[in-house]
Amino acid sequence: MSDEKREAWQIGKSHRKVDAMERMRGVTRYTDDIKLPGMLHGKIKRSPHPHARIVSIDVSKAMAMDGVFAVVTGADMPTPYGIIPWTPDETALCVEKALYVGDGVAAVAAIDEDTAIDALGAIEIEYEVLQPLFDPEESLAQSRDNPINPYARTGNLSKKVLLEFGDVEAALAKADLVVEGEYFFEGTTHAAIEPHCAVAHVEPNGLLTVWSATQVSHYLHRELAKVLEMPANRIRVIQPPLGGAFGGKSEPFDLEFCVAKLAQITGRPVKILYTREEVFYSHRGRHPMKMKYRTGFTADGKITGVDANTVLDGGAYSSFGLVTTYYSGQLLCAPYEFGAYRFLSRRAYTNKPACGPKRGHGSVQPRFSLEVQLDKAAVQLGLDPIELRRRNDMGAGAKTVNEFQIGSNGFLECLAKVEAASDWKTRRGSLPYGRGLGVAGSTYISGTNYPIYPNDMPQAAVQVCLDRSGRARVFSGANDIGQGSNTMLAVIVSEELGIPLDDIRVLSADTDLCPVDLGAYSSRITLMVGNACLQAAGKLRKKVCEAVAKRWEVSPKRVVLAQGMAIDGDDPERNVPSAQAFVWAEEDHGLLGEVGSYNTPKDRHGDYRGGTIGASPAYSFTAHVAEVDVDEETGVVDVKTIWVAHDCGRALSRRIVEGQMEGSAYMGFAEAIMEQHIVDPGHNGVHPGPSLLDYRIPTFVDTPELHSLIVEAHEAQGPYGAKEAGEGPLHPSIPAIANAIYDAVGVRMDTLPFSPPKVLAALEARRAAEAAGELAPHKGAARRTA
Amino acid sequence: MLRLPRFDMVSPTTVDGVVAALQTPGARLVAGGTDILPNLKHRLDRPPVLVDLGRVAELRTIDVDGDVLRIGAGMTLTEVSEHPRVREHFPSLSQAAGLVASPLIRNMGTIGGNVNLDTRCRYVNQTDFWRSAIGGCLKSEGDVCHVVPGGKLCVAAMSSDCVPVLISLGATIVQVGPNGRRELALETFYTADGTQHTAREDGEVSTELRVPLPKGPRRATYSKWSVRGSIDFPLVSVALRIDLAQDAVSSVVQDVVAVVGVLGSRPRVVTRLDDAVGLKLSDPAFATAVATRVHAQCKPLENVPYEAPYRRQMLRVHTRRAIEALVDAG
Repeated sequence: MSDEKREAWQIGKSHRKVDAMERMRGVTRYTDDIKLPGMLHGKIKRSPHPHARIVSIDVSKAMAMDGVFAVVTGADMPTPYGIIPWTPDETALCVEKALYVGDGVAAVAAIDEDTAIDALGAIEIEYEVLQPLFDPEESLAQSRDNPINPYARTGNLSKKVLLEFGDVEAALAKADLVVEGEYFFEGTTHAAIEPHCAVAHVEPNGLLTVWSATQVSHYLHRELAKVLEMPANRIRVIQPPLGGAFGGKSEPFDLEFCVAKLAQITGRPVKILYTREEVFYSHRGRHPMKMKYRTGFTADGKITGVDANTVLDGGAYSSFGLVTTYYSGQLLCAPYEFGAYRFLSRRAYTNKPACGPKRGHGSVQPRFSLEVQLDKAAVQLGLDPIELRRRNDMGAGAKTVNEFQIGSNGFLECLAKVEAASDWKTRRGSLPYGRGLGVAGSTYISGTNYPIYPNDMPQAAVQVCLDRSGRARVFSGANDIGQGSNTMLAVIVSEELGIPLDDIRVLSADTDLCPVDLGAYSSRITLMVGNACLQAAGKLRKKVCEAVAKRWEVSPKRVVLAQGMAIDGDDPERNVPSAQAFVWAEEDHGLLGEVGSYNTPKDRHGDYRGGTIGASPAYSFTAHVAEVDVDEETGVVDVKTIWVAHDCGRALSRRIVEGQMEGSAYMGFAEAIMEQHIVDPGHNGVHPGPSLLDYRIPTFVDTPELHSLIVEAHEAQGPYGAKEAGEGPLHPSIPAIANAIYDAVGVRMDTLPFSPPKVLAALEARRAAEAAGELAPHKGAARRTA
Repeated sequence: MLRLPRFDMVSPTTVDGVVAALQTPGARLVAGGTDILPNLKHRLDRPPVLVDLGRVAELRTIDVDGDVLRIGAGMTLTEVSEHPRVREHFPSLSQAAGLVASPLIRNMGTIGGNVNLDTRCRYVNQTDFWRSAIGGCLKSEGDVCHVVPGGKLCVAAMSSDCVPVLISLGATIVQVGPNGRRELALETFYTADGTQHTAREDGEVSTELRVPLPKGPRRATYSKWSVRGSIDFPLVSVALRIDLAQDAVSSVVQDVVAVVGVLGSRPRVVTRLDDAVGLKLSDPAFATAVATRVHAQCKPLENVPYEAPYRRQMLRVHTRRAIEALVDAG
């Protein structure tokens, strides 16, 4: 959208994040660092039962304790809410029933944390214990009369989506090969290092301020207004710097409502910091999904049709589940062309912590299934798996079978890059038994076409002001959750106004100071907020250039803003510092401030019901090659290297893009090999290890070599051609590893995670089949057994 | 963040001072704190006073005393792992101490703490809230065992990396208490009751470990498997000591000791290894014989993560591999 052919002086360079030094030096003030005079500490009492009716709550003993200022229960905030406005099915604290081990039932505010903990022990709750349901299919099979969630509308069916494009049965019937597979993705959680934390403060005039470690300050603002039954203009939400989120902080949580209510009751500031255990209970992580796939192929490897049947285990509440259920099917239709597609996805309520969005929302699980299906087809058809993917590439400007308009598409280049970097052609056929290479591809959205609540206002807006000292202030409602969005804004303003990053102050995610932005989710910020920022900064650039051109008596087109100066492009010896240029512009125009906003094009998706969900202004593309070493005696999978090629349209800031690619590949690798967010049905539905000791995420020494290969297929919808890079690069991680395991040792891992006992069991089954003469030895290997 | 319960703290400067401070009923010792503090946060104990060992200088030495190496209980795991005498005489101890948890924890945690590490179980090392959801167990607030249904004896796992190695090396432990000093073989220090898994008597403090210097050529190693390369407690833990006729892997084995941890609350000293003695260390039959005995005699339980049958199978693999690695190292 840059109108002139100027040479970029910031775009595409590597930058230090604008907040990096403060974080490195330990001076960043996170939410838990906020300490206000007279501040009380809150704690939430949680249900030890996975499913129970609350018969009575007696808070009198707790209230009578020294140092206890207030106790609240579900009855104090009974309005149901939900991040998706159509599914309000949770309350700040349980009103009628507790739905999982860890569900919040009451909260106290006390003089300090220890007193608050003691007070929780003094709250007496009588429960009527109910039969819990942990299996989603069992849950769906129950009668609709007594749903787990009291606000559920259709029994334990949280959401059902059935969409069909073309004639799938005919497409499968005419296929030369139909691959059928059943897959299971066990749940995983975000494990951001910073636990959730919120602080509330009420002014004497009733104005409420809530600081929260959230990635959606605007939605939190709205839900606070709803649940607290007060107008939004009496509430201010501020997001302090965050220590990671990954989707785990993208909706309101009990602590935010509790600190607000407790602050209102006591008149004193109140803070609640989750324990790590509570972070696991708040969850909203990746849904467990049971997936059945049928995929038809022609003899030369072209996909004829895809039939998917998925059950999502939603846990106790809807969260983003309506969207997740759509995403589990809607986001699968690129980068490969399908003739026909049908998906049936059903999300079940169960007595577990609620699932929601985790990096790559809803589509990482089906992507695993599809990419393994493709690998199975390649083996059966005798095709190179990269070549099979190439043959199915839909190209730029295509329309998917579910009618999404794809813009730029660098998928083929992604494949070519990982193929070359891994030396695929030479090495894949020659690696010994135990070593293998696997490939997978994917696509992801750059923001959702529609906001969570229907409205016609901009999806993103930015205000930029310049001052006469040569500085810029950028006001943005967007949430920097560590992904670097504040730096992205500074880079754009720097590019447009010619001032260095150090002279740009980004003020973000404060609902009093900043224009509304919808938040950090769906990989929307670079494209949407970036466009809004570019628009505002571009208007200012025009004013500044005109003011300088007037003094120099040249055409404004000759004025270049870069390197902290305004420069005459035809005579670079003539230049002035940026501050002087801004002074001239301020003399001409008055105070220099502009706004920019962005809304999505509405012509890029189908008109069918659900056709808007999953549609995006632009799509990123990714390919991974993973190299693994599988220990045939222990089943341990050592992921040696992952090559990640990602088409982000244009890398506005290279190091941040590479960091996102590496972080994504790491996160997917972790889910593939180690992570398990489960409950133990044999022990009352407890989480088996709600701590970072027992919920294992890989350490530095476990992490593979990660190689980021940036691909830039210029996207007309994006600022400077940019698309997302924060979530897409995760998707191929898991299937690439699964496919590499097959290449290494000839076993299919269709169930996550690929833990040593599971891999060893698969190896033993294969050895038995080989011994029985049912299979030839993989790679012709003669092997020793344990 | 989990909160610690309230307690008093005393910091004696002598062992006698420590023994005196331990007269307070319920008093607990703290050195590096890497075991007791998380356990206190989990409300597994509520001691009125913690007796800090950090200022007791006499616990902070390593020296050769005649034919034994004395290791003061207050030496950190990093110090033990890196000490020249330990490396020279007891490479398997250096190895095990260097594999405990993570560098930061090894810089805090002591060898005395490691041999007194409380037993661990997936149903115990959780918050008090978590345990309330399952009604507690023998080792916490309840009266049932979740690992062995119907079991009356706690089988929480001895999870120290150093203990199997020290037992394999024939170490003794010195306990000082109100009745004076006693020295007992480390092998006899552990009991089969996970709620009280050592022979420590009330008011006693472990002051040193005494490891006899090797009298002849020897190979020793420690094999640990855990899911991650750092942080984790062991899931498979085998210490091996092999005494040789000559200082070469082609030499005949004169004695072999295998000690396995992370089973129940007591490490297992594998017996009937006689059929391996007399073989050459480098003979594959030796590795197979030892691995077979380890596998036959050690039965992991569902007290720590990962299926017990899998971990049992891995005992055989890791034992054999540990011996193969010794052979490869020459």
